[in-house]
Amino acid sequence: MFLRTLITTIFFSFASCCYAATIDVYPGKGSIQSNINKAIGGDVLLIHRGTYKEHDILINKKLTLKGENFPVIDGELKYQLFIVTSDSVTIEGLQIQNTGRSSMTDMAGVKLLDVSHVIIRDNLLLYDTYGVYLQNSHYCFISNNVMLANAKDEINSGNGVHAWKSGNLTIKDNKISGHRDGIYFEFVTYSKIIHNISIRNVRYGLHFMFSSNDIYRQNQFVDNGAGVAVMYSNGVTMIGNTFRHNWGDAAYGILLKEISDSKIEHNLFVKNTVAIYMEGTNRIGVAYNEFDENGWAMRIQASCNANVFEKNNFQANSFDVATNGTMMLNTFRENYWDKYDGYDLDKNKTGDVPYYPVSIYAVITERVPVTMILYRSFLTDIMDQVEKVLPSIIPDQLKDDYPMMKKWDLK
Amino acid sequence: MRTIIKYVSLDLLRNKTILIYTALLAAISIGVLNMDDNTSKGLLSLMNITLLFVPLISILFATIYFFNSIEFIELLLAQPIKRNKVLLAEYAGLVLSLCAAYAVGVGLPLVILTKQMAALVLVVNGLLLTLSFCGLALLIFVLCKDKTRGIGIAIITALFFSLLFDGLLLTFIYSFSDYPIDKPIVGLVALNPIDLSRILMLLQLDVSVLMGYSGALFKKLLGSTTGSIYAVVCMLFWVAVPLIVSTVKFNKKDL
Repeated sequence: MFLRTLITTIFFSFASCCYAATIDVYPGKGSIQSNINKAIGGDVLLIHRGTYKEHDILINKKLTLKGENFPVIDGELKYQLFIVTSDSVTIEGLQIQNTGRSSMTDMAGVKLLDVSHVIIRDNLLLYDTYGVYLQNSHYCFISNNVMLANAKDEINSGNGVHAWKSGNLTIKDNKISGHRDGIYFEFVTYSKIIHNISIRNVRYGLHFMFSSNDIYRQNQFVDNGAGVAVMYSNGVTMIGNTFRHNWGDAAYGILLKEISDSKIEHNLFVKNTVAIYMEGTNRIGVAYNEFDENGWAMRIQASCNANVFEKNNFQANSFDVATNGTMMLNTFRENYWDKYDGYDLDKNKTGDVPYYPVSIYAVITERVPVTMILYRSFLTDIMDQVEKVLPSIIPDQLKDDYPMMKKWDLK
Repeated sequence: MRTIIKYVSLDLLRNKTILIYTALLAAISIGVLNMDDNTSKGLLSLMNITLLFVPLISILFATIYFFNSIEFIELLLAQPIKRNKVLLAEYAGLVLSLCAAYAVGVGLPLVILTKQMAALVLVVNGLLLTLSFCGLALLIFVLCKDKTRGIGIAIITALFFSLLFDGLLLTFIYSFSDYPIDKPIVGLVALNPIDLSRILMLLQLDVSVLMGYSGALFKKLLGSTTGSIYAVVCMLFWVAVPLIVSTVKFNKKDL
């Protein structure tokens, strides 16, 4: 009996030293930083409700910071907040707010420096210059956060999720609004951006630079200053996203510049000034997308090559396609165009005469933008009709040989 | 003067053409607005119809009416009434009934079926177009002696403003596209009431962004309230100038 008790005691004391301890943190009783300093790797810091006016909180151990009822960590508009330099840290359930603004350092709510397997989830990041800032970090998981800021211009603001030189990230179910770019990727590879909602950001909802082999799907980009930009990357997969009302002088649903070997499928583009803008893109498959009520559904510069546009629906767009040259090395097939007025005598569901998606007025406005003043003039309607009968100016290589008679069901 | 206006408009309200015009406008408006649940699209179609039909019908009908009532005018001028008063009363009576036709035909369905600011602008546009093209008709009536020639000129005027002017504008833009022509273009547009009302209407709809896309000046001038005020003021000139010129000419005209 005695021996058994002894063994149990020894076992339990052994176990307790290896098990994670939970350290309670209350406002006013020892700072978060001092508790982190006391903790050992694997501990859980349970931060209770209240306001903590701390800054530059360095997490250099494998800890879990857990907030109860969203305790507030306030940077008083002067400082940066969490800096994570250890792998496998988890931060959840905190309200991280009011970082400072500085042109010397990028002030962030949570900054990850050279780490991996960090989880940032279920946090409220309010009025931070940068929400979550990743630098040379890998296998990190950022989910379910709400990032809200009130950026006014591009100069004094930061990004919701900012990732630089990272890889294998997962950014999921976040709501980002009011930052400069909702999500910013520079030199980030093999990452996934899923189910995020990025609205009313000053510049781009999502910004890709030099980031290859990434996937983004089921995201919503609404009302951003300039939509979404994907530049200088390859192997990007964009599936099932919604691009809505990116409306303004320089707004795009997606801006593609120097992209190759990518896929754009099952996306919905509604009410964007330009739904897809392409420049220097190669071998992109654009399929099963829905283009509704955009100013230009697509602007394809002549520098694009070997892109395939198939099985898309084009409806109620002011201009279906615009281009700046006569050369066209891309393929259009089996799209549905609401402006197509051909016929289908052999009943194979595709029209018997090709559809030319570039209207003459689109060509003219592309050459001389000032002619936009005649938009919706009776004259331009007549010109479009005449050109249909006697084509002479529109690029004749840009055509859909098999236009669909009926809309694709893309639901 | 008031009595003349009363008789002219009463005479016109019994006119079959005006009644058909009203009914047609009403049918088109209700049809277009009900066809699509997106009212801004319906507004665009109605705008196209207004821009095409209102000037043509106003100027043609007005010219024919003025020439037909020349005997009535001569009879009135035999009385101790000022020439100006007779002419302006004729114009006012005609404009009153045509505007009423437009207001009932397009305005009423718009008020009932939509709740947009743009709808109001469309109605104002249609009324201003009616006013200015009736003014032009009056000018044609004063300047021409012959009814046939007058009607011919009326048709040419309507075609010129709805089609030919834009063609010339396009040619101008094309030939001078290497120069900064934004400002002259904004000036030139003021020379055509139909273009003015088209732009005024587009500014109310969100497609105006497409215009801003092409140049900073368009965006700055046309995208702001200044742009709308500019367009309206120019339209008012298009109403006033033909009226003033025709009264001056009519005073000296040998009837």
